[in-house]
This record gives sequence, C-alpha cells and structure tokens, in this order.
Amino acid sequence: MTWIDIGGIEDIPVRGARKLKTALGCVAIFRTGEDEVFAATDMCPHKGGPLSEGIVHGQKVTCPLHNWVFDLNTGAAIGEDSSIQTFPVRLDAGRILIDGAQLAGRSAA
Amino acid sequence: MTEKLVVIGAGMASGRVIEHLVETAPNAFDITLFNAEPRGNYNRIMLSPVLSGEKTYEEIVTHSDDWYAEHGVTCRFGEHVVEIDPELKVVVGQKGHVPYDKLIIATGSAPFIIPVPGKDLPGVITYRDLDDTNAMVEAAAKGGKAVVIGGGLLGLEAAAGLAERGMDVTVVHLMGHLMERQLDEAAGYLLRKDLEKRGITVLTRASTKAIVGNGQAEAVLLESGETLPADLVVMAVGIRPETRLATDAGLTVARGIEVNAQMQTSDPSIYAVGECVEFDGHLFGLVAPLYDQAKVLAHTLLGEPDAFVVSDTATKLKVTGCDLFSAGDFADGETREDIVFRDPARGIYKRLVIEDDRLVGAVMYGDTGDGNWFFGLIRDGTDIEEMRETLIFGPAYQGGASSDPLSAVAALPPEAEICGCNGVCKGTIVDAINGGAGDLGAVRAATKASASCGTCTGLVDQLLQVTLGDAFELPTAQPICGCCDLTHEDVRRLIKSQELKSQEAVWQELGWKTRNGCHVCRPAINFYLLADWPLEYRDDPQSRFVNERKHANIQKDGTFSVVPRMWGGITNPRELRAIADAAEKYDVPTVKVTGGQRIDLLGVKGEDLPAIWADLNKAGLVSGHAYSKGLRTVKTCVGTDHCRFGTQDSTGLGIKLEQVLWGTWTPHKVKLAVSGCPRNCAEATCKDVGIVCVDSGYQVGVAGAAGMDVKETERLADVPTEQEAIDLTVAFIQLYRENAKYLDRPYKWVAKVGLDWVKVRVVDDLDERARLIAAFELSQSIYRKDPWAERAKEAERFQPLADLTLEAAE
Repeated sequence: MTWIDIGGIEDIPVRGARKLKTALGCVAIFRTGEDEVFAATDMCPHKGGPLSEGIVHGQKVTCPLHNWVFDLNTGAAIGEDSSIQTFPVRLDAGRILIDGAQLAGRSAA
Repeated sequence: MTEKLVVIGAGMASGRVIEHLVETAPNAFDITLFNAEPRGNYNRIMLSPVLSGEKTYEEIVTHSDDWYAEHGVTCRFGEHVVEIDPELKVVVGQKGHVPYDKLIIATGSAPFIIPVPGKDLPGVITYRDLDDTNAMVEAAAKGGKAVVIGGGLLGLEAAAGLAERGMDVTVVHLMGHLMERQLDEAAGYLLRKDLEKRGITVLTRASTKAIVGNGQAEAVLLESGETLPADLVVMAVGIRPETRLATDAGLTVARGIEVNAQMQTSDPSIYAVGECVEFDGHLFGLVAPLYDQAKVLAHTLLGEPDAFVVSDTATKLKVTGCDLFSAGDFADGETREDIVFRDPARGIYKRLVIEDDRLVGAVMYGDTGDGNWFFGLIRDGTDIEEMRETLIFGPAYQGGASSDPLSAVAALPPEAEICGCNGVCKGTIVDAINGGAGDLGAVRAATKASASCGTCTGLVDQLLQVTLGDAFELPTAQPICGCCDLTHEDVRRLIKSQELKSQEAVWQELGWKTRNGCHVCRPAINFYLLADWPLEYRDDPQSRFVNERKHANIQKDGTFSVVPRMWGGITNPRELRAIADAAEKYDVPTVKVTGGQRIDLLGVKGEDLPAIWADLNKAGLVSGHAYSKGLRTVKTCVGTDHCRFGTQDSTGLGIKLEQVLWGTWTPHKVKLAVSGCPRNCAEATCKDVGIVCVDSGYQVGVAGAAGMDVKETERLADVPTEQEAIDLTVAFIQLYRENAKYLDRPYKWVAKVGLDWVKVRVVDDLDERARLIAAFELSQSIYRKDPWAERAKEAERFQPLADLTLEAAE
C-alpha cells in the first residue's frame, strides 16, 4: 500500500464530508461523529447524487437526492441491491491517509 | 343452556376472560360483573403515562360502557362484594344478591402498607388504581415536596410522574440499589443517575420509621434520624393478593387464592384469575402471565382442555427516557459467565448471563432495542455457542447481516415473541397483516399485539414495513423514525420539559437507538433544539439537508441554484447589473424569474458558491433563503405607490415583514404575501400568512396553501394599523416555531391545533402575544444574518480536500 496524506481530520466537519479529486472522478472522505474516517465513491449509483453532500449518521451516509442510505464500512446500499466502492483510509496523528495504490487500481480498472 | 357467570373485579385479567367468552361463545353465559371501583376495565399498565400527563384516562379505557352493553354484561360498578356463599352459590353485593352457576374471583391485589406510625394520615396514598393516580395528579397540582417510599417499578413510575408534574420528589428505598429484583447494581446505578438528572433525589438503604404530621402528612422520618419534609407521601413498597372474600368463603388460600392449572379453586364452581391467585407457589404481578391465565380460564369455562404454565417474563420500565430491560435470572454463580458491554458516554450498559452455552439472564440499560430477541433466547433455551462472540451486539450482528433494524426484524423466526404482554409471536402478526390488517390499529385489533404496554409498537410497525413493503404508510402518531419510540410531539414536549439543550442530551435522555440519529430525525431534533433554546443551542449545519447546509438548492446534476433576496419583490438597476455580471462570470446556464418575485441563477458549481456569493454581497444582495425551512419570500403588489385601487402601502409592509422575519428557521418553509386591495394581485389568500389591505386596515389571514394541497387562508384577525399586522404575523410565526412538528407547513399545523387555539394566543392574550414577539426577537438576534456573507469567509471548505489528479500529472 502507498499511503497518501490528503489532509487533517479537522479539515472535515464532524459528521460531514469533503471531496477528493482523483484521476477518475471524485471520492468522498467522511468524518463521523466519533472521528472515524471513511472513503467512498462520491456518486450515488441511483441517480448520481453527490454523497459528500449527504447527512452522515452513525457509520452511514444518506444521499442528498433521494435518501438512499449507504453503510460506509462496506459500501452497501441499505435495502437496495446496490453498492458504492469504498477505499482504504486511515488516521495517523490527526492526518488522513488514503491508499494510493487502490486509487491507481481504480483508474487502471 | 345459558349459565349464570358472576365476576368479582373488573381488572385486566378478568377483562380478558370476558373478552374471550363473548367473542367465542356470546350466548354461553349471562355475565354479571362487580367492581369496587366505579368504572369498568382500563389498562392499568398505562396509569404511569396518565400520571405523567402523557395520556388521559379516556385513552386507556379498555372496555367502555357501550362495550359492556353491547355484549350483555350486567355491570355493578362502584359496589363492593360483601361475601360469597358457596353453599347457596350466591354473591352478596352491597345492593343485593346475585346467584351464580360459575364464579370468578379476580380481586387483584392490594398495596402493601408498611406498618409505621402515621401510615393512615391524609396525604399518604398508595399507587394502584385510577383514584390513586387522580389523587396524585391533584396533589401535584399544588406543587411542593413528595416522598415516594419504594424504589421498585411502581414507585419509580410514580416518582417520575410526580416530578414531570413539577413536584420536588425524593425516593426512599430500603435496598442498596433501585429495582433490585429486576436490575443488577450497574443498571441500577444508571437508572439512579437518570432519575437524579431529572431532579429526583434517591435515597437507598433508607428505612422508613414514621410518617409525621398534624392531621396531614408533613414529613417522613427515617431510621437514620433524617427527616424528609413531604406534602405528599406515596407508598409503593409492594403488593399482596387480595384474598379476603376467598378466605371468608372457606376456599384454600396460602399467600394467594390457590388454583390448579385450570384456574379452579378448591370449590369446583369457583375460579380465580390474576394477581389474587397463587399457582404452584408462584404469585403474579406482570400482565403477560395474567393474560395466559385468562385464556386458560376462558377455555376451561367453555369446556376446552387447556393448562396454565409458569413462564419467564421480561420487564420494562415505563418512564420516558429511562430505557431498561431485564429478563431471566442474572444472579452471579460459579457455573455462570457474564458478557458485559458498557458505553459510559452514552449511559449504556448491557449484561448477558450465560450458563451451559445458554442465555439465562439479560439486563440492559440505555439501549434495549434487542430486548425481545434476548428474551426469546432465554425462553427457548437456544444454544448460543456459535454466536457467542457477537451475541451482545444483538440479532443485527448475527450472520453478518447489516445493522438495519428492518433486516433484524425480517430475520426473526415466525415463533419469535413480539408482544410480551399478550404473548403474540411474529408469525401471528404477519398472518394478520397478510390477512388484511394494514396498519397498527388493525394489527392491534386482530392480534392484540402492542395493545397493552405499547413498548413493542415500534417492532409491530417494522413488521408492517417488512411485510407490506412500499404499500405501508406510517400513520401520523408514529415515532419520528426507527431511531426512537417517541412521536415528534413527545420529543418537542420533552425537549422543553426536561430542558434538553444538546443533541447528545436528546439521544441519551430520550433513548435513541442510534449513535447520532439519521437523516430523518436529526434535522428535526436540530430544529426543535434551536427553536426552544436559541441561546444555549446553535444550529448544526451537519444536521441539515444539503440545501440548508450549502445555502443553495442542489439540482439533479449536483450543481446548485442561487437566489438573492429581493425585499418585497423590489429591485434596482445596480442589483440587476450585479446579478447579470455574476451570471456571466460564473457561466450560469439558466436565469429564471421565480414565482416569489426574484431571480434564480441555476447551474452554479458547488466550489463557485462562495465566490458568487461574495460578488453578490458586494452589490448589497443577501441570501434569499430559497432553500430553507424558513422565510422564503414576501410577495407584494404595488399598492398605493402606483396602483389606482391600492388602499395601503402593501409593498412597504411586505418589505418590513421580510426584514423582520428573514433568516429565521421554521418547521417548514414559510411564504407570505401582501395585497394592496381585495383584488389580491399578490395572491395573498393562499399563503402561510397573507395580508389583504382594505380601507379600514389589514386583514391578516393564515394557514393557506398552494402546493400539493390548495387551501384558502383563514382569517386570524382584522387590525387597523400596520404595526399590529406585523405583530400578529411575528407572533403567529413564533407560535408555529414553538409548537409545530418538523416539516408541517402552517396549514397542516393549524389543522391539528385548531385556529381558535392559535387566536387565543396570538390575538386575544396580549401578554402571550408580547412573549411570542420577544421570544422571536431573541432568536433573531442570532439568526437574522446573511449566511452567504459568513460562508464566503470560509471558502476553502467548498473546495476539494485535496486534488490527487495534480499529483498524478507530476
């Protein structure tokens, strides 16, 4: 894995998200109420809604367009037969690190 | 042949027997029902909500007078039974004899009175029936201090109810921790902490020596020598079976009236049911086994074979916000192991007791959502070895399923018990739903599930949702969402009465089942908190839908629309030029005139928002809040300035109203209009507040609608001056802010509370009107600001966190 520092956790609002631009589209970086971070495709598979604009609750996010709810651990859409891609991301001393290899893998795919 | 059946006592157990009889064999018995209380059967479990004011007596009546009449039950209410003559088969009432072929004794239980001096003083009451409850309500109305003796289920419900009604309450409990029969020490501690938080003083290991007073209870004296002043003393130390009639009639009585498994006493024509019986050494105080007894007794009377067996019962406390659950046996033992889960921050404690790979006991505090599932495991003796690792996290974590409550309910087997009070399992409920019971009321009628204590209402709703899918519509008096068991109205009331001033306080105190709500409840709670506690609580943007967080409307392609405010629909060349410049600079694809008399710039990219706002700000334009649950626009016509029919300065009034009201958050969007004459060019009569100017002044109408529903406004009042028109509008909006359910437009809210209720507060009661206006101004001292100007300062938040495409290019 090649961990890339993309910013500090304080740069993301609590129970909020920010976008990360990558070679093949945006990834949403989420921060939960308990300062966990998650990363997933910033696009709802339903109608393309920007998940980084959704309400973050527990370890889930609700799409702002039509209220699809995604589990940020797995990317699974709750109650729907669909999912979003998630990416390895971790916190190190308040810095958010994302796995560059995964993102590269994604762009290669 | 119709037999004569006499029933002594109209309680929950005998009521259930009579129900079974009249439903299955309406002509088998000629029933006479005695009750010492001057009323029929009501749901005694729900006396606590009556005491706390959450329900009324009418809401907990099980059998109305009409019901008895319809089923031919002869009622002798308010009449004590003097004696039973088993030789002659006659019951002697105060007003005469009634012969019987079969007799049911259902005299229930009497409160245990501890034999201390002063126990008979006025002001000392027990807590058993409606009269006791009413006596407490009456005493609480005078305020003052109350001492509750007994820290068990009943005592604590009494204490909580009295505290809710404003009394200063102390609970005196003999044992080391509260509810020691149902809870272990850790859960007892959390319960105590929760009670103390709502101002109840708890004294444990405290023994009552005497109740003292001169002709009226004035204080409780403890063995320790401490004296507790008391205007009211509630004795709730326990109950004992009421057996006097049975003893006098010569029946076999131990602690209770002894019965066999067919509920028959030592006299073959006499049966007993409920809290007055003793079966196989057991006494009964919870409703579930009583209903089992009732079913067995009804079958016995109809000649059908059935037998009563003692089973485990689970306990829940009906104090709003104290969420506890206990079932089975949780005493320590050498062969027993514990699994404990604690979350002190959230006041959650769960403990499972395991013996031989089987769950034998469960205690939970703070999060009891999985209680029934654990109870099922205990009762069925399920082997839990394989799920041991994740057992404490509940059914949602078994088999790797997601933690969605619906999938947890869907995963329950058909024999899983949903309603503990009435012993209704999932299969029965699903069958009823498939048989046409399409809502909660119909399921209750068909199965009795959730018809007693009501704590499983959420589960039944989830079953409806799972079974009916999209065909299921949540009725209005439902919990806000799956995160809690409370309605919007309950939550609003509790936020005020319990002075909950933060989201955490709401989650913890109102028993939220999720960490921090969901997209349904959190925006509502955020609004309720900021509306009720404007100084203590600040709006949380992360609890708002994207539009209100971004202060722009999201469009289907993820871009936004930007609408600057045009006060009263008035603009000028400078503003128009600034809008035109912004539209060009930010490549806005669509510029549209809205129905609210302003201009919409559609298709602005999210990261451009702070810049376009800054540009518009420079020309003096501020947010039009076209995205908010708040004041949208005040539409006006030109009034006396230009119009030959105008009677007042409608444009001027519109601008003033908009300047007073802008920036406020409301339960839903609010649109106003002011027309200068009854020709009503501003279409004021379909607005949330619409003012029509006439020669004599201003006609203020409210609660109109022109959306999914179309509705004309209703007249709030006619006033002569412009200032009064503004005052009424502000007071109306503030009353709406303080009381309406989140996402109810004013017309929906007014339909619920009634226009008269609104008029009394806004029009008639001048003190209340002044209070409403002052409360609104207080809130506006914080929220009457341009959110665009504030957000434009933190522009970097609107940019991507990082741009890895640049790194890739390097």
